Amino acid sequence: MKELQELADHLINGYADRVAAVTQDLLNKGATPQTILNDGLIAGMTVVGERMRTGEMYLPEVLQSASAMHVSLKILKPHLAKDGVESRGKIMMGTVKGDMHDIGKNLVGIMLEGAGFEVIDLGLNVQPQKFVEAIQTHQPAIIGLSAMLTTTMLNMKTAIEAIAHAGLRSKVKILIGGAPVSQKFADDIGADAYARDAVKAVDKVKELIAA
Amino acid sequence: MTETQVRTHYTTLAIGKAEGLMFGRTPKPVSCGYGLELGSGMVYPEINFTLPMMMIDESTWPSVVAQYDEMGEMIGRTATRLHLRGVMIEFELLPPMTERPEWGAEITQVLDRHLKTMYENHGVAGALRVTPTDIRDATRPPPLRSGIEWETLMASFDECAKAGAHVLSIESVGGKEVNDEAMMYGDVEGVIFALGVLAPRDMEHLWTNIVSTCKRYGVVPGGDSACGFANTAMQLASQGMLPGVFAAMIRGASAVRSLVAYECGAFGPSKDCAYEGPILKAITGAPIAMEGKSASCAHFSPVGNVAAAMCDLWSNESVQNIRLLSGPAPEAFLELLTYDCRLFNAALSSGSEQTYQRMLVDSDVHHSPQALVLSPESTICIASAIVREQTPYRQTVAAGLEALRVIRDAVRDKTLPLAAKEHHWLDKTESALTALPAEEEGMMDSMIERYGHLFAPSSYGL
Repeated sequence: MKELQELADHLINGYADRVAAVTQDLLNKGATPQTILNDGLIAGMTVVGERMRTGEMYLPEVLQSASAMHVSLKILKPHLAKDGVESRGKIMMGTVKGDMHDIGKNLVGIMLEGAGFEVIDLGLNVQPQKFVEAIQTHQPAIIGLSAMLTTTMLNMKTAIEAIAHAGLRSKVKILIGGAPVSQKFADDIGADAYARDAVKAVDKVKELIAA
Repeated sequence: MTETQVRTHYTTLAIGKAEGLMFGRTPKPVSCGYGLELGSGMVYPEINFTLPMMMIDESTWPSVVAQYDEMGEMIGRTATRLHLRGVMIEFELLPPMTERPEWGAEITQVLDRHLKTMYENHGVAGALRVTPTDIRDATRPPPLRSGIEWETLMASFDECAKAGAHVLSIESVGGKEVNDEAMMYGDVEGVIFALGVLAPRDMEHLWTNIVSTCKRYGVVPGGDSACGFANTAMQLASQGMLPGVFAAMIRGASAVRSLVAYECGAFGPSKDCAYEGPILKAITGAPIAMEGKSASCAHFSPVGNVAAAMCDLWSNESVQNIRLLSGPAPEAFLELLTYDCRLFNAALSSGSEQTYQRMLVDSDVHHSPQALVLSPESTICIASAIVREQTPYRQTVAAGLEALRVIRDAVRDKTLPLAAKEHHWLDKTESALTALPAEEEGMMDSMIERYGHLFAPSSYGL
């Protein structure tokens, strides 16, 4: 469908108004919300993600595309709900106890939303028990833990232990990221995955959801 | 402000010409600690270190103190081995050490004791810079002027000053909550609002209080750093996430909020991660700390050599106390800094400093717009643009525009290659800056509408 390609193109260029107009037009013409989401929006954001990975697009341009996607999703949401279509997955994230750094985590959250995931951000300095309670409330598929300091990275382990102690470990996958951590550290503390940057984080989330 | 203190407004440059901006020399040297003279003809190393991977709590606290004791002892040993004439130690508190002021004070005492021993037994001049963590952004929007975080932060400064700190500094975060968002979205107006409207208001309130503490204890009020603003931009640009020209504009513009510390009574040395330091030095004449290639243990940067061109202290930013093949990492990096400083000082004593500085500058400025805006020539241009204006907002806009003009001139002269997409952002950023209202009142309503959910107006006296 020509309009779906048009929608993807406007999305890539970050033209929110045009994205909104084409979304409405497609709905009026009888396109299913699922088709608009998959073949227009997610197809467009896949190109955006790839261009960011190759350095063709800067973050502000990517975020402009993500904002345009939000505008479209707002229009689609009631239709998607009526059709029983769910998001690609619910991801919860937070910077662990004792750590005030959140720009990297925020970046990952925005990129994930742009890729069609539902994101619940618990903020920074998140106590282990808060992760536990939020899992019980929101039932996410994946939790992202962030830390920037050598003295807070061990609080990732504490958070994972609290989640396990509450009997919730098998219900969520855990992804970690931040300057001092590594794949080895992820393995050591029992996380499911490690991502070194926001683009990789989106890739890892997709892998974990598919697994 | 305290009743007696009047905020200084700089209208001229303390160093008016690029040739006058030199490493190791400044019109307003600072004496601190145990006989350390900064900016009077020598460059000294500033060594900073942090803990290896470990928790900080009641049960580990004795081990934490032991780590700092070991690092302090090791610095004394290395300084003697390398015949160092002077050294600055920076103790950058980790969040729990600020949240419990007595903890920060305890380590301050430990490091002060090592510096004193070094001075008394071996004649090595030394000083201790103590930098509490700005813990005020633990909640969002950050309550900057009241509440437990504010009170604890002030108590931390007080306790550390009492415990033996010689210089107090901070990397403050006022305005960062807006800048983070605006920067990620490439919103020039939002960045200027954060840097030129919000941040200077917080800086005035914060630094008035820090200076007052310093006066009470006879401690040197060092300075602040736009690390959370301009260094974040620099890192994102280095990772290909932000345009380099946009990050360079932020660097220039960020100098204004850091200048406020001096307007309120700070007199240096500035913080090592404040790459806006040369601009501050040109305006105030105060000595500055800088970091570059020898701080790659902490982070990468496109400004490794040029950052050294005007420094008075040369720092490694931070290194974990881990074991390398040679020995403990802090010892290895103190040795590295020491050899860097020997070169600076040999150049100064032999009259070769202009040649050496030219090499430091020229080896970097053709590779990155971020390096270009740190050259002595760019520094004078940006500093001049700042002192020509009257308000922090207008100064911030002027500094940003001047940084872009410097870049545009270099591109025109073919001394700075720029990718096509950077050209697009150069034009776009310049247009956005030019279109800003003449006074901050003209942007207030739209900024509150766009970013009002992120900041508390009362934190900024608004």
